[in-house]
Amino acid sequence: MTVTLAHYLMLGGAVFTVGIIGIVLNRRNVIMILMAIELLLLAVNLNFVAFSAYLGDPAGQVFTLFVLTVAAAEAAVGLAILVVFFRLRGTIAVEDIQDLKG
Amino acid sequence: MTAPDLFFWLCAAVLMMSSVFVVSARSLVHAVFFLILAFLNAAGLFILLGAEFLGMMMLIVYVGAVAVLFLFVVMTLDTGQPGGTLRARLPAALAAGAILLLELAFVAFAGGPAEVPEPLPGGVSNTRALGRLIYTDYAALFELAGAILLVAMIGAIVLAHRYRPGVRRQDPVRQFVRQQGESIRLEDPAVGAGVSEQGR
Repeated sequence: MTVTLAHYLMLGGAVFTVGIIGIVLNRRNVIMILMAIELLLLAVNLNFVAFSAYLGDPAGQVFTLFVLTVAAAEAAVGLAILVVFFRLRGTIAVEDIQDLKG
Repeated sequence: MTAPDLFFWLCAAVLMMSSVFVVSARSLVHAVFFLILAFLNAAGLFILLGAEFLGMMMLIVYVGAVAVLFLFVVMTLDTGQPGGTLRARLPAALAAGAILLLELAFVAFAGGPAEVPEPLPGGVSNTRALGRLIYTDYAALFELAGAILLVAMIGAIVLAHRYRPGVRRQDPVRQFVRQQGESIRLEDPAVGAGVSEQGR
């Protein structure tokens, strides 16, 4: 079966779905949520690159580069917040992080 | 089935499986390793699509930096592994996934047939084409990305830095502003008198 753009888009959609499921299903700690977010961004990048290749327009890859930048920044700041939170509370379980709830 | 197609199916299968394992792994360390595997396969797909520069960037930025950062944090924090209440959350998670999948499937099947890929216009290599775009049309966005990285770096350092009292630190300002007069004290002690620590 010849691989077309639709195959890439379906793969991206499937990975995105797995990421969403991971966020909702998560019952342990925040690091899992951060990793699921990385999966979501990966799926978006895959779609960008697939469209860029099949439309012959390299602009999509430029946007993937920016998504990559923001993902790296997000991971760094998110993990720093996690480290500070762990230092204060000694836990990063999702159930325990509800103090900001109104 | 040609070789590139086979490569696609292989990468896609492993990417799919490893992303499922990322969200379902028992231990966090395993999840990080599966995340690295997913990134590797995505990089393979990027290269298959002709985006070699981005494939290498995936390897450097994600596998080399982000995933290793995750690994550091996972291994630094002592996270307990409480028993799961998987059964209680499964319906909501499956519902969310099913709705999203339905939407995506609708978009996928309602669209027209996909076209064959074309080489980049002008016959230039992938990296060269990206460079031409980044430094011309997207120069402002490029600078903005640099600013975002700077802010993230400063923010992460400020957040995670721990101020501990009683630690002797280097004070660069004091080192620079001090003069010869306050640093050197010339003494002319009398015989047998010695020099006191405080002077005079």
